[in-house]
Amino acid sequence: MSETTLKVRSAGAERRIRALVAKPGLNSHDRGAKVIARALRDAGMEVIYTGLRQTPERIVEAAMQEDVDVLCLSILSGAHMTLLPKIVNLMKRKDLDDILVIAGGIIPEEDVSKLKEMGIAEVFGPGTPTPVTVNYIRNNLKRKL
Amino acid sequence: MTYSVRELAQGVLKRDRRSVARLMTAIENGDPDSRAAVSELYSHTGCAYTVGVTGPPGSGKSTLIGQLAKQYRRQGKKVGVIAVDPSSPFSGGAFLGDRIRMQELSADEGVFVRSMATRGNLGGLAKDTADFVSVLDAFGCDIIFVETVGAGQSEVDVVKLADTIVLVMAPGLGDDIQAIKAGIMEIGDIMVVNKADRENAERTVLEITEALELETEQKEWSPPVVRTIATSSEGADKLVERLEEHRSYLKKAGMTHRRIKGETQLLEALKAKLAETVIADLRSDPDYEGMIEKIASRRLNPYEAATELVGKIVGKKWT
Repeated sequence: MSETTLKVRSAGAERRIRALVAKPGLNSHDRGAKVIARALRDAGMEVIYTGLRQTPERIVEAAMQEDVDVLCLSILSGAHMTLLPKIVNLMKRKDLDDILVIAGGIIPEEDVSKLKEMGIAEVFGPGTPTPVTVNYIRNNLKRKL
Repeated sequence: MTYSVRELAQGVLKRDRRSVARLMTAIENGDPDSRAAVSELYSHTGCAYTVGVTGPPGSGKSTLIGQLAKQYRRQGKKVGVIAVDPSSPFSGGAFLGDRIRMQELSADEGVFVRSMATRGNLGGLAKDTADFVSVLDAFGCDIIFVETVGAGQSEVDVVKLADTIVLVMAPGLGDDIQAIKAGIMEIGDIMVVNKADRENAERTVLEITEALELETEQKEWSPPVVRTIATSSEGADKLVERLEEHRSYLKKAGMTHRRIKGETQLLEALKAKLAETVIADLRSDPDYEGMIEKIASRRLNPYEAATELVGKIVGKKWT
C-alpha cells in the first residue's frame, strides 16, 4: 500500500489537535497569525482562526466553545503585558486551564519570564521556524490525546 | 478536573456550555461512552428548528448565518451554529475559517458556535454533525444553523439533517448553470441571492427563478428567492420571514416530516453500528488483506465479496 494511501486512509481516523489562533488587541495586520495557522494545518491540526481585534473575553469564549487543545495568541501592538495576563486569568476563572496557551509576535525578551510565570507556556519570537512551534505544541499539550 | 462523558450529558441538560463543548469533543474523538451520552440526550431533543445553509464557497454563507443569528437573538431565541469545513486529505489538518465571520457573536451567551472539520467524510458535513445538532438541541437551542462545506454540488448530507435548507448563491460565481445541471436546486427550500448589490445580481435572480420553473415535479412548497447583502444585514429580516413560513408549512405537514426524519435517524444509526461492528471484525480477519489484493487484481469482485460476507454474518445469526 502506498504511503499516500495510508495517509489518506488514516486522515479521518486519528485524534486531531484543535488549535485556536487569535490576535488580541488593536493589531492591524495578521500575516504572522496566518502563517502559523497554515503551518499548524499542514501539520495535521484543525485550526480555528478568529481574526483581528479580538477582545480577551471573545477569545476565551471561542476557545471554550471550540474546546481547543492549544490557544495561540499573536500580538504585535506592545499591549502584551495587559492583554495576555487578562486572557490567562479569564481561562483560569472559567476552568479552562487544561488548554495550553502560547504566544508569538513582538514580545521583548525581558517580559518573557514574567509572562511564563503568569501562565503563558512559551513565547515564540518573530522568525521562529514554524516546525519549532509545531513540535512544542505536540510535546507540551496539557490534555491527553 | 476530570469528568465522565455521562456527566457531560447531564451538564448539557443543566445548560452548561463547557459540557456542551467537551461532549462534542468526546463524540468527535469516538469516546466509547459518547454513544450512551447521545442516546441519553435523545428524549430531550426534537425542539430545535434546524436550518441547513449550503451553497458554493464565497457565496457568503457564514456572514449570512451571523446576520440570521442576530435576528433570532433579538427575539430572545437561543441560537446554535455548526460550521463545517474540509479536512486536507493529505495532512489531515483543516483551516476552520467560518467562525471569523461570526466572531462578534462570541460576546453573546445566547449563541453557541462550533467549527468542525470533515475528517474525510464526503457529502458536505462531518460524520458527527447530526450528533452535534442533537447536543445543541438538548442544550436548549431554539434554532440551529448548520453550514455545509459548500462545494455546491454534492451537499446531500444536509438534506437528511435539516428541517429547512437555504441555498445561498452569489452573482458571478458561475454556478447557475452548474447548479441546474447537478440538480442541487432541488434541495433548496429557500433560495438566497447574496451580494445583491452586485451588478449581475438581478440576472442571477432571473436565472434561479427560471430554473425553479423548470422543475416539473409538482411541489406543495414553492421555494422563494430572497435577495440579501449579508455584510450590511440587508434582507436578513425578509429571510427570517421566509424561514418562519417554511417552518409553519412543515408544522402543517405534521408527523410526515417528523417520521421521515425519524426513519433517517434510525437508518443512519443502524448503518453506523453495523459498519462499526462488522468492519472492526473484518479488519482483524487474517484473510482481509488477501481479499483486498484479489479485488485489486480483479480476481475477486467486490460486490460478490460483500454479498458473501453479509451472507456469512447473517448466516451466523440464523443457524
